[in-house]
Amino acid sequence: MPELIEFKLNDKAVKLNTDGERMLLWVLRTDLGLLGTKYGCGEGFCGSCTVIINNKAERSCGITVGSVRGKDVITIEGLMKNGKLHPLQKAFAEHDALQCGYCTPGMIMNAYGLLIRNPNPSYDEIINEMENNLCRCSAHKRIVDAVQTASAKM
Amino acid sequence: MKNENYLDLNFKDIHAPFEVDRRDFLKIIGGGLFVLFTVGDTLGYIQQEQRRRGELPTDFNSFLRIDEDGKVTCFTGKIEMGQGIITSLAQMIADELDVALDSVQMLMGDTDLCPWDMGTFGSMSTRFFGPPLRAAAAEARIILLELASEQLKVPIEKLSVDKGVIYEKTKKRNKVTFAELTKGKKIERHIKEKPVLKDPSQFKIMNKSYTRVDSIEKVTGKAKFSGDIILPGMLYAKILRPPAHGAKLVDADLSEVKKMNDVIVVQDNDLIAVLHKYPDVAEKALLKIKAKFLPSESKLNNENIYEHLIKMAGDGRVVVNTGDVKEGEKGSASIVEETYYDSYCAHSPIEPRTALANVDGDKITVWGSTQNPFTAKEEVARALGVASEKVRIITPYVGGGFGGKTTNLQIVEAARLTKLTGKPVMVAYTREEEFFFDAFHPAAIVKVRSGINESKEISFWDYKVYFAGERGASHFYNIPNSITKSYGSGRGSAANVHPFATGAWRAPGNNTNTFARECQIDIMASKAGIDPLEFRLNHLTDKKFIEVLKTAGKKFGWKSSYAFPSGRGFGIACGSDAGTVVAMIVEVDVNKKTGNVKVKRVVCAQNMGIAINPQGATIQMEGCIMMGLGYSLTEEVMFSNGEILNKNYDNYDIPKFSWLPKIETIILDKKNEPPQGGGEPAIITVGAAIANAIYDKLGIRLNRMPMTPERIKEALSVKG
Repeated sequence: MPELIEFKLNDKAVKLNTDGERMLLWVLRTDLGLLGTKYGCGEGFCGSCTVIINNKAERSCGITVGSVRGKDVITIEGLMKNGKLHPLQKAFAEHDALQCGYCTPGMIMNAYGLLIRNPNPSYDEIINEMENNLCRCSAHKRIVDAVQTASAKM
Repeated sequence: MKNENYLDLNFKDIHAPFEVDRRDFLKIIGGGLFVLFTVGDTLGYIQQEQRRRGELPTDFNSFLRIDEDGKVTCFTGKIEMGQGIITSLAQMIADELDVALDSVQMLMGDTDLCPWDMGTFGSMSTRFFGPPLRAAAAEARIILLELASEQLKVPIEKLSVDKGVIYEKTKKRNKVTFAELTKGKKIERHIKEKPVLKDPSQFKIMNKSYTRVDSIEKVTGKAKFSGDIILPGMLYAKILRPPAHGAKLVDADLSEVKKMNDVIVVQDNDLIAVLHKYPDVAEKALLKIKAKFLPSESKLNNENIYEHLIKMAGDGRVVVNTGDVKEGEKGSASIVEETYYDSYCAHSPIEPRTALANVDGDKITVWGSTQNPFTAKEEVARALGVASEKVRIITPYVGGGFGGKTTNLQIVEAARLTKLTGKPVMVAYTREEEFFFDAFHPAAIVKVRSGINESKEISFWDYKVYFAGERGASHFYNIPNSITKSYGSGRGSAANVHPFATGAWRAPGNNTNTFARECQIDIMASKAGIDPLEFRLNHLTDKKFIEVLKTAGKKFGWKSSYAFPSGRGFGIACGSDAGTVVAMIVEVDVNKKTGNVKVKRVVCAQNMGIAINPQGATIQMEGCIMMGLGYSLTEEVMFSNGEILNKNYDNYDIPKFSWLPKIETIILDKKNEPPQGGGEPAIITVGAAIANAIYDKLGIRLNRMPMTPERIKEALSVKG
């Protein structure tokens, strides 16, 4: 049943009428037109759909839009500030930490979640936190380098 | 490298080349300078195939345009799926033409705007497409110099070019830009004679490292993949699927789903689909269909498949035959006979197959994730019964391919559904569908019998490969008596061979063949009591192999004084793919209790001729190494009676961050040699290098990939 749902998305208030049981991923991609968040597996195994909810990296394919009511959601589109790349985005580009780029928004958002909680993660902490974000092109080495660089700059 | 490396490419669909008339075609594009060229003379084998299977593109199949604003655009049917040609091809153009790299646009994979291309696979873009592309850019530069010479009234030899400006060497103010020269003109040239290309010593952009030109779009989430194309009024379709390959639909009760609001139900022969403006609602609607299927007749599974394959093998084809194997056997002091097994693997790109199709009058346009848009175009035309010029395929960024996105089922389905409904329709596979419909890397068997003589030299080599194909099957060692035979095709589509589709998987066949060959060589080395690096060098005269092996050995710090197995966990392998020669040394640790293998370090040296973008090439090597850990250690499609048991990543393990070894790559500096393949070679040696390292660590031989913890524990218990 459609219901009114309000939350904060990329620093702006959003209000929409939809079934609160729908997954956030699809609401972002359809109703809200934010296409940077990707579907990869639909069951939380790959991390392509990762967004930040109340400062924590979450899988938007497994979270209902009803459950983010009143919360603060950030997607890849919300990372740039005043037209400037976020240090993580800059570091991913400079390290060539991507190939096909499909998993990249999820990778960056997951790393962002880590850096919010732990601004100076060790190599092992990065590996551990990124473990369940999958990259088939296998840019892992450069992704770790990029997260380290970004962490030093933040 | 001859033709053997290309034999296994997926050429089955090469036919019906470029049919749009050239004048019509160029009319669409507008004004400026056009240099038309054919990717042909370096593609002898492909031409031969095209002659055999269909017409040749007689006119041209690529072109370069310098438009009236001086902007340079390359129109090509190649696509970008992460391999990086969007950057490396642009580098070639920019350098030959003397323009800045960021002034070159690549327009890729649009079948209405780009001339016919067979597809993007086989590590062929740089080595075959590159040289004529450079020639076209060089030709364009000559034409522009001629125009400038007329306009500036200065002979060509007194002119120079820099960043799209032509000026008089001694009077730099006397200048004209590319844009000024092409303004209001429509010049069309076809390359006839080969223009002089720049010498590597003159390169300013080629052979230099650049980061990806598409990275900003990709890190900001703005890059468009097929699923990100949105049209007004579009619907998402979910299609009824059988539970197993070969399961036939008996009956589908659509009464419940038809009661749902705003859901459109389509039934057209075998195609039953539900459509809604939200993909998640369509997915729920699909569950309301009550369908009955007859079970698949397939009785095959992961264990009985090998016996079945051997039965289906038929007569083999001799790939290479030198000397006399029987004579070689007689002169052998010791003979080793082994059988190697490889499993079905999924491509598993993180972007599942996706397509958005739109019908507009009698024209169908499909945005699809594909490695071969021109093949997709023909497939759609056939399925819809329309002329192929009524079909346009546009290829946005492709979210990984690895050889898998050469089957275009989702594109055909989307096209059928848009025609049936008259609305734009998106077909985006779920992960389960992506596994189910993948054309897997084929399961394969290799039987090798080989011997060594009293002088510790390989005396004979009898190699039979079943269903991996010939790529990488023939060896490169000095063996006087040797035969290589191939049974069945690496493409395996003959009826009743495989229980589902199989196809090209990154370096098709070569992973299996290199695994078998390099494990066998290692066994021979230990029989001979010779260090495996030294043993290989003893049997090689090809300088490329010797150089990469020595380079990798030096980087690794290899010392040949140990007897193997030494307990250190060092393994070595070498091979060749797509014209590139590669050597790899790894160090592993194995947990005897759990059977887990940790690859700690990988050193890889390769000779790929000139690397157009050395950093891009390095990234491909890193990707090959990391991805290779998957087929070596965990990746095996599980199946039973036609059902694919892997439905998501919870039971199909692809490499993860914690697997990351220390990776050290070396690209030999060969800037005066032509470019060779870069996207595949470094993956071929991973399996054997790890197997050989496990042997060195524990003294056990793993002859079956993936080398899972269970198989390692089993081998340990047999050894006792």
